[in-house]
Amino acid sequence: MSEKAKSAKEHNYESGLAVVAADKIKDPGIEPHRVRMTDKSPAHERSANRQVAALFMLSAFGSAFSIFAYFAFPITEDLGTVRANTLWLGLGITLGLLGIGIGAVHWAKTLMPDAEVSEERHQTRGSDEVRARAIEIIKLADQESGFTRRKLIRRSMYTALALFPLPAIFFFGDLGPNPADSLRHTMWKKGTRLAKDPDGTPIKASDVTLGSVFHVIPAGLAELHHDKLNEKAKAAVLLVRVDPSELIETEERKSWSYDGIVAYSKICTHVGCPVALYEQQTHHLLCPCHQSTFDLVDGCKVIFGPAARPLPQLPITVDAEGYLIAQSDFNEPVGPSFWER
Amino acid sequence: MKKKISNSRRSPFAAILVIAAGLVMSGGGYAVATTAVQNANVKTAVSAQEQIEEGEKLFLANCASCHGTNGVGTPNGPTLIGVGAASADFQVSSGRMPAQASGPQMAKKPVQFTDEQIAAIAAYVGSLGVGPDVPTEEMLALTGDTTRGGELFRINCAMCHNAVGAGGALTEGKWAPALDGVSEKHIYEAMVTGPQNMPVFNDANLTPEDKKDIITYLKYLEANPSAGGYELAGLGPVAEGLFLWIFGLGGIIVTTMWLGAKSN
Repeated sequence: MSEKAKSAKEHNYESGLAVVAADKIKDPGIEPHRVRMTDKSPAHERSANRQVAALFMLSAFGSAFSIFAYFAFPITEDLGTVRANTLWLGLGITLGLLGIGIGAVHWAKTLMPDAEVSEERHQTRGSDEVRARAIEIIKLADQESGFTRRKLIRRSMYTALALFPLPAIFFFGDLGPNPADSLRHTMWKKGTRLAKDPDGTPIKASDVTLGSVFHVIPAGLAELHHDKLNEKAKAAVLLVRVDPSELIETEERKSWSYDGIVAYSKICTHVGCPVALYEQQTHHLLCPCHQSTFDLVDGCKVIFGPAARPLPQLPITVDAEGYLIAQSDFNEPVGPSFWER
Repeated sequence: MKKKISNSRRSPFAAILVIAAGLVMSGGGYAVATTAVQNANVKTAVSAQEQIEEGEKLFLANCASCHGTNGVGTPNGPTLIGVGAASADFQVSSGRMPAQASGPQMAKKPVQFTDEQIAAIAAYVGSLGVGPDVPTEEMLALTGDTTRGGELFRINCAMCHNAVGAGGALTEGKWAPALDGVSEKHIYEAMVTGPQNMPVFNDANLTPEDKKDIITYLKYLEANPSAGGYELAGLGPVAEGLFLWIFGLGGIIVTTMWLGAKSN
């Protein structure tokens, strides 16, 4: 008799198309039963009994303690009290829940019967009688409801079910509209003054001494009511003054800086974190999220890290009163890549 | 009598006694002399001009090898003309200067000079050119607006020094130091002078009032425990993630093994 036939006989079903290896590992059967200490010695049994009870009592104590802690460690004006309140409440309910859980498992493991048993899987297929009865019920239901016979009802029901999900398409339309070209433009335009974040004080070129870093927003942002944070997230700029002789500028960008003062978008071209860790001596500009490093004196080129593009530069100059102003918007979209870019 | 002395001279303790007496006398004398010199220093500090001259002597002896005579700078150290008294006071009284060796960043070391000597060096460096002066007591009083200080700190400082001032790493072996335990004067001087790789925050950028708010905020953080429980050094996801990986996942693994194990 082949292996296949043998296994079929053992389990009383066909193995179908399954490949049965000729040298398959034998079923080792149930391992020999090992008698627990709690079954052998009444002293151990009594101590396990006490341990389970102690765990449940510990749980009861924890729950009671957390009620006590709620009153004993209230949250007051002083923020430091949040810490004590959270700690003692948390410890109390942790004991309350862990005591029950560990107690129950310990009870089951040490005192409840531990005889190994094996249960055979039954067949998934129902018996012929059950299957015949099921078909009978379906037929009867069809007959009684007239599902096949009443064409008008059946077709109108199909129509109702098909139309039911359609309104969702229109509801989800509200998630839009498409950002259109809003990702390509910021609040900066010709003549916008560079102002200090957060109070919006305009910055004079003479304020920016060598080695200074200013965190800049467009003047007028502080007064904005609609979409203020979105505008700030796009328009944030870092303003730095370096020795003009250290700047490496392309012909096109020569007019974008003012006497060694350069302004770059603060939004990382990787995933949009604020790039603002500036090293005064090396002129490295770091992103705190993934350590992308930009060379501030060389057009903010990426010299390390995952960012794909240099930070966009804001062309700046000064107005008649000596305040720093933008020459235009950024000439490329700020921040990370997007599909249409 | 004579015999007695010569006998005791031969005693083995005689040599020790003589050496000890010599040490006490010379050491004591030296101590008296130094105290006298120090007292003299205190007295001379009264006169600004004499203080600058004293500072120049200390500068020539301790700083000029890198920063050049008259602070003009050498290939080994930057010029100190125009850095201001605040810069010299910060570098020397925080122990960063005199530098031990060149490297990516000068670390804090035990302070090498007395307060009078530091004041003299600062006065001398301040006299080399126009620069920020050492802040007064009144500028450092913790009477600022903590909330506003927190906002300014998060905008201007937190990217390097961490939102709670725990410090952080920079490039190529440099770092932004933790601000916990740094004196009000040093925080102020660091902002106004921009030591090493830190940028400058002059009074047009952060007004003295802004600086006072920031210092008040940092001192508030020091005095008040974190409401959110143990800070794990305030380093955020790195320390917290590591803690969860080791103790959270470790706890789950141990519990699972205990659940699956048979009782003894």
